[in-house]
Amino acid sequence: MNPDLRGLYQEMILDHGRRPRHFGAPAQFTHKLDAFNPLCGDRLTLYATIENGEVKNAQFDGKGCAISVASASMMCEEVEGKSCDHAEQLFHRFHQLVTGKQEAGDIGRLEVLAGVKDFPARVKCATLAWHTLEHMLKGDREAVSTE
Amino acid sequence: MTASVSAQTISTPTVDIDALRAQFPTLHQEVHGHPLVYLDNAATTQKPRAVIDAISHYYEHDNANVHRGVHSLSERATQRMENVRNTVQRFINAPAPEQIIFTRGTTDSINLIAHGFARAFLKPGDEVLITGMEHHANIVPWQQACELSGATLLHAAILDNGELDLDDFQRKLSSRTRIAAFTHVSNALGTINPIEKLIGWARAVGAAVLIDGAQAIAHAPVDVQKLDCDFYVFSGHKLYGPTGTGVLYGKREWLDKLPVYQTGGDMIREVRLEGSTFAGIPHKFEAGTPHIAGIIGLGAAIDFLHAQPWAALIEHEQQLLAHATKLARNIPGLQIIGEAAHKACVLSFTLENVHPHDIGTFLDFEGVAVRAGHHCAMPVMHRFDVPATARASFAIYNTFDEVEKFINAVESVRKTFA
Ligand SMILES: Cc1ncc(COP(=O)(O)O)c(C=O)c1O
Repeated sequence: MNPDLRGLYQEMILDHGRRPRHFGAPAQFTHKLDAFNPLCGDRLTLYATIENGEVKNAQFDGKGCAISVASASMMCEEVEGKSCDHAEQLFHRFHQLVTGKQEAGDIGRLEVLAGVKDFPARVKCATLAWHTLEHMLKGDREAVSTE
Repeated sequence: MTASVSAQTISTPTVDIDALRAQFPTLHQEVHGHPLVYLDNAATTQKPRAVIDAISHYYEHDNANVHRGVHSLSERATQRMENVRNTVQRFINAPAPEQIIFTRGTTDSINLIAHGFARAFLKPGDEVLITGMEHHANIVPWQQACELSGATLLHAAILDNGELDLDDFQRKLSSRTRIAAFTHVSNALGTINPIEKLIGWARAVGAAVLIDGAQAIAHAPVDVQKLDCDFYVFSGHKLYGPTGTGVLYGKREWLDKLPVYQTGGDMIREVRLEGSTFAGIPHKFEAGTPHIAGIIGLGAAIDFLHAQPWAALIEHEQQLLAHATKLARNIPGLQIIGEAAHKACVLSFTLENVHPHDIGTFLDFEGVAVRAGHHCAMPVMHRFDVPATARASFAIYNTFDEVEKFINAVESVRKTFA
């Protein structure tokens, strides 16, 4: 594969894209939010159990490209068990990472999605799940659109 | 790989594609280190040198406003622009040049008609019939028109192979149908609709007929008198011409009675502060300074096409589609969306376990430009239960070699994600 392309489609992304973790609707949850990317028609639903300021469980369902599915999968893994404040901070750092606006700081393995910043048309794919989470944390129950 | 048929055995002997390609400057560039393979022609076509030169020539020599000056430049600009009306008239065999209205494009043309219908011809109880395979440009203006007028919007269904359900179309036509508006060729499926038949049925119940010719105009000769449709609309940019130009052809009786759309300068006969009277056709629909350079470019595009062996090139396009379709069928997990018996050169497809966006990005790195998305036809995506498709669309300047590069690139995407 072309090295620039490899920068976008890292092995970990392909892996999460193929076999997303935290995938499917859970039996129980306290929060549910639909998201839609009007650019490509992708839909995603985020489910979470949020109690006492903590994200106890996060799962998602839907269809999307490898970037959006991998990003959602990794996000759910990252935020589960974290405080809402921490999840909120991660959102901001992740957003900086993929838009390349500022140094994102240490963001752990989410770093594999940094390649997205060189593909402006794909930034929305990577941020769809994160925007959904952000709205959820703010208590905004309306469907999210990345437009 | 599957691409084994050599280009020599199937190329069309009567056309020199290399010489044709030489006239399109944008085609000769590299993308990510590969020669560009431009297969997004349904979105917009590349422009030949003749079009680019006509636009530059206008700005370098004739630039002036039209219909407003007695000075030489204005007369020249007016003449050049009005000549294009004649060129378009001949191109689609309209009865008279004043039945050619210049617009910004297909979208603008349809809005003009839908707006006029909402204002003057639609009322509660009336119906507008479209199809399930329309571009958003032929859906949303009718939704608006129906909302404003109280009329009802109906649509005819699509069959599993991507063809229009003709029975459903006929079932939904009635004496309540004021206008039937449908596409000549589907941009998302490639289906060529049997419009002669559809027009006949619609006229039989007394409905007006609007044909969206955006995807048809560059791929087959159109004769609006033979079709006997009331309106035929298209965009210049899908016909090797400039963006921001379009055409609305209408029957005279409709253009005369259709209310004005945008209003202001150029479209009036007399303005008094108490009220105004409007110009006749075509000017009553052309408010404000038009895209003069673009219209001149559109004329150059049509002249360019006329200078080519167009019939042979249409055949060439069909062969490209047939070759691409045959090779695509050999790719495991690839599903073609739209397998109508009569198709224009559009190959829409999905690949198992690979999202169209990922296909699009991968192909770009091989120099292959395709479209990935819903193609402004979300209802078609819903109908086939896919979020999006990848779409390769061919034009006169594409080659068999390009088709094979495209197929090889798709095959390599499949392997990467397998
Ligand atoms: C079938 C069809 N109708 C309408 C349009 C709209 O054309 P434009 O964007 O040039 O107004 C398109 C362009 O994609 C099309 O393919």
